[in-house]
Amino acid sequence: MANFSKSSVPRFSVDVYQNEYLPEGGREVNAIVTVTATGGGTIGSAVAAPHLYAAGQGPSAAVAIMVDCSGSMDYPPTKMRNAREATAAAIDTLRDGVHFAVIGGTHVATEVYPGGGRLAVAGADTREHAKTALRRLSAGGGTAIGTWLRLADRLLSSADVSIRHGILLTDGRNEHEAPEDLRRTLEECSGRFTCDARGVGTDWEVKEVTGIASALLGTADIVADPGALAADFTQMMETAMGKEVADVALRVWTPVGTTIKFVKQVAPTVEELTDRRTEAGPRAGDYPIGSWGDESRDYHLCVEVPAANVGQEMLAARVSLVVPQPEGTSRSSAAGSGGGSAQNLGAQGLVRAVWTDDMVASTSINPQVAHYTGQAELAQAIQQGLDLRKAGDFDGATAKLGRAVQLASASGNADTAKLLAKVVDVVDAATGTVRLKAKVEEADEMTLETRSTKTVRVKK
Amino acid sequence: MSQMHQQAALSNCPSCAEPLESGDRFCGACGYDLSAHAAPSHDTPTLTMGNGSVPRPSAPAEEEGAQGAVWPHAPQQDGAADPSHTHLPTDLPGTDSGGSPLSGPPVPAAQGSGVRFDRPEEPEEYPLQAPDPRLAAEAGAPDESGAVCVACRAGRVDSDGYCENCGHAQPRERDHMEQESGAVAAVSDRGLRHHRNEDAFALGTAALPDGSAAVVAIVCDGVSSATRPDEASQAASRAARECLLAALPRGTHPQQAMHEAIVAAAHAVNSLAEEPSSAREHSPHQNAPACTLVGAVVTAGLLVVGWVGDSRAYWVPLDRTAPPARLTEDDSWAAQMVAAGLMSEAEAYADERAHAITGWLGADAYELEPHTASFKPDRPGVVVVCTDGLWNYAETAEEMAGVLPLDAAVRPLHSAQVLVGHAIDGGGHDNVTVAVLPFPTPPQGAGSA
Repeated sequence: MANFSKSSVPRFSVDVYQNEYLPEGGREVNAIVTVTATGGGTIGSAVAAPHLYAAGQGPSAAVAIMVDCSGSMDYPPTKMRNAREATAAAIDTLRDGVHFAVIGGTHVATEVYPGGGRLAVAGADTREHAKTALRRLSAGGGTAIGTWLRLADRLLSSADVSIRHGILLTDGRNEHEAPEDLRRTLEECSGRFTCDARGVGTDWEVKEVTGIASALLGTADIVADPGALAADFTQMMETAMGKEVADVALRVWTPVGTTIKFVKQVAPTVEELTDRRTEAGPRAGDYPIGSWGDESRDYHLCVEVPAANVGQEMLAARVSLVVPQPEGTSRSSAAGSGGGSAQNLGAQGLVRAVWTDDMVASTSINPQVAHYTGQAELAQAIQQGLDLRKAGDFDGATAKLGRAVQLASASGNADTAKLLAKVVDVVDAATGTVRLKAKVEEADEMTLETRSTKTVRVKK
Repeated sequence: MSQMHQQAALSNCPSCAEPLESGDRFCGACGYDLSAHAAPSHDTPTLTMGNGSVPRPSAPAEEEGAQGAVWPHAPQQDGAADPSHTHLPTDLPGTDSGGSPLSGPPVPAAQGSGVRFDRPEEPEEYPLQAPDPRLAAEAGAPDESGAVCVACRAGRVDSDGYCENCGHAQPRERDHMEQESGAVAAVSDRGLRHHRNEDAFALGTAALPDGSAAVVAIVCDGVSSATRPDEASQAASRAARECLLAALPRGTHPQQAMHEAIVAAAHAVNSLAEEPSSAREHSPHQNAPACTLVGAVVTAGLLVVGWVGDSRAYWVPLDRTAPPARLTEDDSWAAQMVAAGLMSEAEAYADERAHAITGWLGADAYELEPHTASFKPDRPGVVVVCTDGLWNYAETAEEMAGVLPLDAAVRPLHSAQVLVGHAIDGGGHDNVTVAVLPFPTPPQGAGSA
């Protein structure tokens, strides 16, 4: 957990955007909750851009880099070379004092550096040694990602640090272990460290890579061109180095009689959190939102409240931020019941419901809610469209991808619109009229699928 | 919620909004002492009520033996009857100058007290009633911290004013307010369909340079479609009152003073627009806080009204054979259509745009046009100053006169309660606020006793 005595802990704020007015009999309350962390020990202030601590400062952290060394990494041979270079670039980005390890992954996991079940501490010497050790990385063998993650977990947990993070690179499908093994591993590792996952080339399975990132609260992306790996690894490591608090949870309290219909992250990407609730005392639950540097993310909360008469007002949900402390590990304020105590990060937001007979008030949709409802639908339409396309249902795929084009265009999600335009010929974006392209680059389709959950924020 | 007072019978408990049956003396849900509720109203100091939580453990029980028949009303009957007398300046020789810097000719007061029927209970009545609201307030305050939710009666109330169990918002101070100040009284209620009370009123008494009293009442109705209408109405009513209470003793003509008061109120509302809205408020669209205003100044010989928007003032003569009158012209779509001869009054008010107002106080008002009018009634009567929450249920002057109790001049608070009750019985669709001012003011500063 985070060490809060450090001044580097960012200040969190919670803003709620909603139309609290419901018509008579209305029961569904929607709100966008914007969580922003600012003012940590990082340099600069721009949200979303990670910042680097000066050497020797910043929260204690440990990073494990998992590089796919399966046989396919040699086809073409530049892939392995690029992976080595990218790993070296990531090691160069490590802040002095950060614990790290490099794991070579095949059907088994191998400690490439430093070995012996330990973590190295970043410094001039260890960086050089690590880079030398990377030469030993060579392709050969299968792919069992679960074994890589388990080794990473073992190594990362050996250090007493605030931030634990993994970077995983694969170029192929997880063929040498059962899908259940990977799933079980992800369940075990979830909450123990965060992990970014990357697929290089086009022979990997999008859902495997996004599933890993999703379970371990990291990012997923495609690096279709191995030559771009170094830049991507550097950027990932910079982001990891910018993290200041780990294991943050969104705590949602709801009154008696209400049901939480869903909780999802909607920016920067769509991430379903509803099923990841951990009960935290009466009528409250925690949803894991990972580690935070200076950044801002949006969450969509949908609550069903009991119907009430016009003129009534109630609190539909109270959203706060905590760092749950598993039983036994919290040092100072351990006195907590049921689910262990939690460090409250201070910020909270109220989601209200007010019943009115003013139709204008009750029928208007909050712009944030509308925007993210559209973004979530966009991600879903892309997923469904690509699935239908793979299944050979071209009419269905055309309809779904057309809807996606329409949504992307209307919401100003230019990046996604560009990716869509590589998969379909856009006839009219406003009406969502599209034709499936006869020939689609595999990389383009995978890029679209991997990045389908990326959203843009509402223009304020 | 809550219309405790009038005979019309409360439809809901003032504390927990539980529907009541006529004749209930305590709320069946929360045990709220309904008969007690009216009592504090007789006290002169400001009372805010309705912030329920089973307060008032004390006195009122003794007050009434009478209430058997009509509970809410019974305490008033006594209560109101007594203060109606005691509030007459003549009854209160000693106290009259309390509020005013100087009451020049308070001499007749001494005689006056003799003139009125002396009621033996009065002295008893006062000690009893006066402590009441305070006790209630004190009882209410500590309750607040650990208060039990009035909706589910299971959860405690958190610091944001919501139940920790069922989430329901708790009644707020402004949900129901009553005040009697000298000869004038006002009641404001949230009504049955709005989630908060966006109306506000302010009362006061000033001593004119000649020593006579001028009674001031301001009533404001927050514009719901604007941001923070409740703050707007409160700021406007207070600013207008302060302005009047400062100007009148200086000898400013009441009509001029009213004009200035409206301008001052407009400034007060405008300045709200610059403040950030509170965290609770995320209305669909943020725009400048706004409200209507209607005010009346009554002196020994003069009646001045001033208004912006569609809140109104009515004149009801004591002698009900004389015709009552509406004293204000709405700044509303309907009124404009009628004035322009484009629609009949019936047509205009039937239109859904009828209540769109064309004048208001607020930073986004096109231009401020304070209307003022000055009258010299030739007979005694009562001025009813109210928001549309009332006049929607008594639109014409005749209807208003029909609802106003005959003894309004001597029991202004009771009358205001009756009028609010009328609106709530009619559906309570909007916030309701009424001030009742007798004309002429009692000859020498009836002051705040």
